[in-house]
Amino acid sequence: MARMKFICDAERCIECNGCVTACKNEHEVPWGVNRRRVVTLNDGVPGEKSISVACMHCSDAPCMAVCPVNCFYKTDEGVVLHDKDICIGCGYCSYACPFGAPQFPSQGTFGVRGKMDKCTFCAGGPETNGSQAEFEKYGRNRLAEGKLPACAEMCSTKALLAGDGDMVADIFRNRVVKRNKGAEVWGWGTAYGSKQAGQAPAKVEGVKK
Amino acid sequence: MMTRISFILLSVAALTACGEKAQTLGTKNDATAYSGAANSFVAPGWTAGDKNSWEQHLRARGQYGQNDNSRAP
Repeated sequence: MARMKFICDAERCIECNGCVTACKNEHEVPWGVNRRRVVTLNDGVPGEKSISVACMHCSDAPCMAVCPVNCFYKTDEGVVLHDKDICIGCGYCSYACPFGAPQFPSQGTFGVRGKMDKCTFCAGGPETNGSQAEFEKYGRNRLAEGKLPACAEMCSTKALLAGDGDMVADIFRNRVVKRNKGAEVWGWGTAYGSKQAGQAPAKVEGVKK
Repeated sequence: MMTRISFILLSVAALTACGEKAQTLGTKNDATAYSGAANSFVAPGWTAGDKNSWEQHLRARGQYGQNDNSRAP
């Protein structure tokens, strides 16, 4: 298996926030913490585009690089996870992340930042897989249950794809070919270092528009 | 005599560090995803602990659940 990746297809996302709801419900995420959110560009203007954003589990994750207590680790499947027992809530990862993924609970004493919380690709944390301790700290471990992330599985238009990088790229490639458009895919280049992503669509010779 | 006692005391003091546990930062070991979960929500159709079976199961689940192009007439 390659590594786990997310793709959000901006041509399909209808800003329903089903992914956000699925995530919050699955992991019982507290108020004020949004592991996933939908961002709309040119909201209300014809041709507006929406994208579902969360931790992209970057190949070379900047959060891991800046963490002063080294609480991050990467699984064999390329999922970037962290240990809340080590996190000191300094917020460096929040500044380093290009996707705004790290979240900090704001309950409790005024001005006190709690332990960082972020999307786990539904892979839990360092506690025993599927245990109550893991659920309380990190939410469900769907990967260990043989399932894919809840946000992608719940997406009604299949705009949000999650899973093995080869598989999701293949699904997206098919769509792009059918649409006769370029391989522009939001966040892919930033997260996984693809030079092709984010470029203007290449003109295909011999194809009438 | 005093020299010998001080040498022994110094040696004991110097070697106490050898019995201390390392205080290195780092995460606890996380079990692999394919080793399964300790709850009753595990999806059927694959064998916990078998990496290949887990991968094939996730691949099939992803294709079935996410690739609507393959199902469209």
